[in-house]
Amino acid sequence: MDCSEPRLIVQGLFKDPVDFQQILDMMSNGVIVLDRDRRVVAVNNAFEVLTGFLREEARGVRCAHITRNSVCNHRCPALSSPDSGQKRCHTGDIISKDRVKIPVRITLSPVYSRNGEHHGYLEIIEDLRVNLSWDWERVHHERFGHLVGNSPEIQKVFHMLPLISQSDSSVLITGETGTGKDLVAEAVHRSSERARGPFVKINCGALPDALLESELFGHVRGAFTGATESKTGWARQADNGTLFLAEVGDLNYNLQTKLLSFLDDKVVYPLGCSEGVKVNVRIIAATLRNLEQMVQQNTFRSDLFFRLNVIRLNLSPLREREGDILLLLDHFLRSFSQLFRKNIDGYSDEALRILMDFRYPGNVRELRNIVEYATNVCQGNKVLPAHLPLYVREGNPAHPPETLPWGVPSVAPLNISASDKSIEMTWRDMEKKMILKALAQAKGKRAKAAEILGWGRSTLWRKIKDHGLDS
Amino acid sequence: MMKDERGRQVLVVVQDGQVAPRFDLALEVVMSRDDADSVRTLILAQNSAEKLCHLILESGIDAVICGGIEEEHHQFLAWKKVKITDNVIGPMEWALGRWKAGLLKPGDIFERCVGWTASSHGES
Repeated sequence: MDCSEPRLIVQGLFKDPVDFQQILDMMSNGVIVLDRDRRVVAVNNAFEVLTGFLREEARGVRCAHITRNSVCNHRCPALSSPDSGQKRCHTGDIISKDRVKIPVRITLSPVYSRNGEHHGYLEIIEDLRVNLSWDWERVHHERFGHLVGNSPEIQKVFHMLPLISQSDSSVLITGETGTGKDLVAEAVHRSSERARGPFVKINCGALPDALLESELFGHVRGAFTGATESKTGWARQADNGTLFLAEVGDLNYNLQTKLLSFLDDKVVYPLGCSEGVKVNVRIIAATLRNLEQMVQQNTFRSDLFFRLNVIRLNLSPLREREGDILLLLDHFLRSFSQLFRKNIDGYSDEALRILMDFRYPGNVRELRNIVEYATNVCQGNKVLPAHLPLYVREGNPAHPPETLPWGVPSVAPLNISASDKSIEMTWRDMEKKMILKALAQAKGKRAKAAEILGWGRSTLWRKIKDHGLDS
Repeated sequence: MMKDERGRQVLVVVQDGQVAPRFDLALEVVMSRDDADSVRTLILAQNSAEKLCHLILESGIDAVICGGIEEEHHQFLAWKKVKITDNVIGPMEWALGRWKAGLLKPGDIFERCVGWTASSHGES
């Protein structure tokens, strides 16, 4: 075994042989020279500083154990066709010896002798902390947007997001107004492979149908009166990125057909043009409407629904996200205090009680607005009940909750009558009522009732037992 | 989980038979005791430092052997009285044997010159 420090000499470059290590040490980026087996031959000073491993420690060790790069952990870049002669560039992160996670870009190039024999690799490691002013908050923000929450409901979403981001399938995000459908859509885009591509958001309910079609698919000059210039359309603008169709349930039937055709072949036919343009986009759709119900009522195309409903993400209303209200109240108070340069450090007990008891029919958006209002009005260092909007103090929602049974995805949605809603009942009572209604609708057949409720049969049987309905 | 009166329990994060370079990216762990020869291998469903920390606490682990670990997780485990030997590079069995013998230290590298010699690369 030879552990002695070898001298790395370069001959032929200058009149006299020069020390290769000296050349390496002059470089500001981390440089690592590997042999064919990806063991470390040499590293420079910058590499030592970046990783914390000294050259004596690193020499002879497999590079994955020294660089500890997330990219290498997934799949060693050197293993992907080393004989192709191409250099490869990857972005990932490393964990230094002093336990710091550092974002890096690595460039790996194979090294050949003059007769073309592969001898090893040269790897350059660039520290991205300076370029990106990288920090955890930023990374979290980049990956998951402004999503905040600790409740099991939102944690389920957090768990699913990375998985959804890895795939390229269509996503349908459902949930009441203000639950953060747009944020989730953006978070999926930001954490996906398409993050560097555009994120184009279209609000399907915001534009008249004729205009929406030309905005979505574009038009050529002269396609219709007033089309003085050709327009590419949002679908083409989203090429290599994500096309987010907000309020897709508001799309009219004709446009649904065109959208379906586009989703089938991902070819855009601008208005007035017979030649299509192939685009590479990922579709994320969101709606607060019950598309299953709309399909049954023939107001939404079933084939479009199935096309969009590949990955389904249902966002729970705030009232079902136990523990998140307090978290969000603190989060927004901190943000707005900072924004408005106020010195507010919390809520008074009474104000907090009022805020915790409020039902937030407008979900997170409404909570955010209430906190923004309170921060504006508050002059002291605590938010008092007097700083809250009157309707909150009185416990009356500014607008009635929407009757959207998204929480109960069903083939034949249950209609909970207005009289039922007016009665003060707990979720448990409501659940029992739903089960009974579904059983009645299914004529006592439990499998059918489970289907109506959108539950598994075992879930229904468990809940029937829970509620004592099996006796 | 209650810690029993038997010897200390150790967990090694493993990748391809070696101590895994990254705690947060490990998908395999090996558990053993300092008074027993048997080892238990656990394949994790997904890599997550948080879940791994949870598993360590749930299983009543006294010591962890790993490669790179973030300060945040290191501090958390240290706070929970779990002794961490990090920056270890080498085969899992070697690291485990060394730990059982009370010799393993943070930053230990298994015979780093094995399989590599200066002369094999034509250097002077």
